[in-house]
Amino acid sequence: MSKETILRVREVSKSFGGVKAVDNVSFDLAKGEILGIIGPNGSGKTTLINLITGFVKKDSGEVFFKDRNISKLPPHRIADLGVTRTFQIMRPYYTLPAFKNLIVPLYSPRARRGAGGGLGDRDAVAIDLLEEVGFERDAHVPYKLASTLPLGYLKRLELSRCLALKPEVVIGDEVFSGLSMAEIASMVRLMEKLQMRGITLIMVEHRLRELFMLANRVMVMNFGKKIAEGVPGEVMGSKEVREAYLGTEEG
Amino acid sequence: MESTARRKERLDRGIKVRTSGIYSVSSLREIAYLVVPRAVLILGLLILPLVLPNRYWQRVICRTGVIALLALGFDFLADYVGIISLGGALFIGVGGYVAGVSNAWLGLPPALTIPIATLVGAVICTLLLLPCLPLRGIYFAIITLMYPLVLHRIIEALHIFGGTEGISGLATFPNIWVDQYLVIVVILVALFGLRRLVNEDIGLVLHGIKDNDQAVRASGMNITWYKARAVFITAAIGCFAGAYLTHLYGLVGISMFSLDFSILPIAAFVVGGPGTLVGPVLGAFILTPLTEVLREIGTLRIVVYCLVLVAFIVFKPEGLMKYFQRKYHQFERWIKV
Repeated sequence: MSKETILRVREVSKSFGGVKAVDNVSFDLAKGEILGIIGPNGSGKTTLINLITGFVKKDSGEVFFKDRNISKLPPHRIADLGVTRTFQIMRPYYTLPAFKNLIVPLYSPRARRGAGGGLGDRDAVAIDLLEEVGFERDAHVPYKLASTLPLGYLKRLELSRCLALKPEVVIGDEVFSGLSMAEIASMVRLMEKLQMRGITLIMVEHRLRELFMLANRVMVMNFGKKIAEGVPGEVMGSKEVREAYLGTEEG
Repeated sequence: MESTARRKERLDRGIKVRTSGIYSVSSLREIAYLVVPRAVLILGLLILPLVLPNRYWQRVICRTGVIALLALGFDFLADYVGIISLGGALFIGVGGYVAGVSNAWLGLPPALTIPIATLVGAVICTLLLLPCLPLRGIYFAIITLMYPLVLHRIIEALHIFGGTEGISGLATFPNIWVDQYLVIVVILVALFGLRRLVNEDIGLVLHGIKDNDQAVRASGMNITWYKARAVFITAAIGCFAGAYLTHLYGLVGISMFSLDFSILPIAAFVVGGPGTLVGPVLGAFILTPLTEVLREIGTLRIVVYCLVLVAFIVFKPEGLMKYFQRKYHQFERWIKV
């Protein structure tokens, strides 16, 4: 591995009652790559994200960000280091206009450090950020109330909330789900743009075709366990993965 | 039959659209549109003590002011931070006892005890509530309700701070005008200060915590720290009210932990208009004098009081202030459908 490893996940586990939601999962994330995480429903993908970003406490295992152990840190400290996430169920501030939604992350310690103390006209910074993720400024989309925005924009809003922190790692939880084909196509371009900018991405997805266009590597999970990892084509060839998606043959 | 098919049409006043930007200072009419409601409030409160008939009603204003401050704090926490706090009695009690003790034991004058009680009391309340800040919704409300009861019993059981008799013979304000204007000025400062605060960046962060605390955490901000700051501000307002009450009567006792201080502000909040900040103040200035008027009918006043409250919740849950705002900002007319 010539590339620098930015995130190392080592044997993390989490049980809810008797269910092993995440079972001894380890993986490395190289700087600048896009890692796809796929798996059937309930295979523990979202829980894995919650464990990495500190939103759920780990039963065991460790996570290192640039060789720093972040296993025990609370979520806001992890986000402060530059490991940000989106939520599968979008969490905008519904009663605020879209651009005001970004004032909150822009006010965060990390964003203020990144801007060298003052942010200047934060409304303008927020609207620029929204335009970058595809909010049409001319159509006044950034000024609309978050509660009135359609799903596609909410997904972008989630992403822009991460980008406001000038992140190093963005973990997207089902960014494509619920979007139309046209929206997905533009979202794919947006993700490519983020990768060009040097942001490392983890994408948890159900849309395999679009993910395989983007991802450098794919990791497959089932019943909380990692069952395969590798380049996209290779992984889908594996017997175990096909069984996980299509079921085993009986008798 | 034609009269049945009517409905009310509401139009925003054209002038309102223009009051958000530079246009708001473009003509006297625009300026007046913004300034008049504020001027009515400020001048109204300042003139109020001068027009009251007698000493009795001037005293009522002082107690009303205390409820107004608590209602203001409740509204700030409930509608701008998303914390339901029943801690009115806690704030009043802690603020009152800090002021009482520093006056009686250390011999400090009210000019010092009130600022001390405001700050030290707010620190004590915030520290007491700090462990409960991660709790949301009903749990935080229950804890804030429990603290005054606990402190009440502790003072009673350990006979500290004068036990059940309290501490009396404390310094009072020099005259009735200081009594009234002190609380009125503080209400105005707190009201406009909070209105400014909720529109600042930190206000948006607090708003974010109310709408969606997980997203704020994902943005790299420690929500407990921000909540603690909001609770500190509310506690400071409440503790000032407690210290003020102590010096108003010249005594402090366990009645300062009375649950009236937790419940009455909520009634004022409901009547006045949740989420407007000025509404709860208005509500307090309506409800507290109302209870005084009703004092003549004895215990039945609680019934009347409750009926007023229920009527508001059923027929005007938005509260008075939002109703007034709508009347001010919009034209209404009947149109045939």
